[in-house]
Amino acid sequence: MNTDRQADLTLDGNAAGGLLRELFAIDMTGAQITCGGCGAVAAVASVPDYGGIMGAILRCAHCDTAMLRITRTRAGLWLDMRGARVLFVAADIS
Amino acid sequence: MTAIEAVAATKPSPSRRLQWLTATVRDVSDETPRVRSLALDVPGWPGHRAGQHVDVRLTAEDGYQAQRSYSIASAPETPGVTLTVERIADGEISPYLAGEARAGDRFELRGPIGGYFVWAAALGGPLFLVAGGSGVVPLMAMLRHRAAAKSGLPATLLLSSRTAGDIIYGAELQRLAEQGSGLKVVHTLTRETPAGWQGFTRRIDRAMLDAVGFPPDAGARCFVCGPTPLVEAVARALRDLGHAPHLIKTERFGPTGLK
Repeated sequence: MNTDRQADLTLDGNAAGGLLRELFAIDMTGAQITCGGCGAVAAVASVPDYGGIMGAILRCAHCDTAMLRITRTRAGLWLDMRGARVLFVAADIS
Repeated sequence: MTAIEAVAATKPSPSRRLQWLTATVRDVSDETPRVRSLALDVPGWPGHRAGQHVDVRLTAEDGYQAQRSYSIASAPETPGVTLTVERIADGEISPYLAGEARAGDRFELRGPIGGYFVWAAALGGPLFLVAGGSGVVPLMAMLRHRAAAKSGLPATLLLSSRTAGDIIYGAELQRLAEQGSGLKVVHTLTRETPAGWQGFTRRIDRAMLDAVGFPPDAGARCFVCGPTPLVEAVARALRDLGHAPHLIKTERFGPTGLK
């Protein structure tokens, strides 16, 4: 992985792993997320991330719904999960 | 101190929050004209699994900070952390890491990050690794781990590079493949081929995956890393060939324009 591009950046949930670790106590890249728009289920790591380098916008690969948005401001981190129905963390996740 | 606090105090890392650590460059080595590896000493590094990455943070004298993610190239068995970084012309961090950084330089790093795109010999195989360009970096950590663990699990790496000179880890991959441990390395060159080149000369496609990979019923663990268009095309082709979707793991980076 090398995320050092300024424009036209498409990453995936893998790249949001560090940001997610600031919000959750455990690694969330292996968690399953259910899209609030269409119900598709995918690993957080596997979905496209259009947030670029300033945050994360994880979108559903099927219907493009913004499932999870993270923005960093001077005040702190904002997490908007309106587009996600369920987050599932398996018992053996590390 | 209560009993609970006493228990917490005995644990080596009571907080699972990632801490920013100071990395010191021990050694730099060029892999290709645009790609460089940096061996880092990172006091306090908790260890990692093959396939994970780190966040790197550089701070300018005026306080401006830039942060990016880079895959770990080294095996968990190797002390410290080695990153392999491709220089991106308009990037903010890679021109430093892959160009100016010298032994003794220091910067901040946190990790390891990611529990999805990881492999360990104990997870089993076969292992089918597919990469474009510097997407090979986390896959190299898996192959170095496989070698360090003396694993004989069948493994195949299919690596797409633009030219022969752009092949990252070419000599080491050849050496690993010649050890007779069950590793096969296959190259394809998409822009320019040297005289006498016998390998593939096109982008990775379904026919190539079918020809070099494991049959779908072998239950191979597939890891695909590289530019977004390559990753999405390969993942789709692997599913079409009959590989189980839950065994196909992807990590993508790159421009959206080609999507």
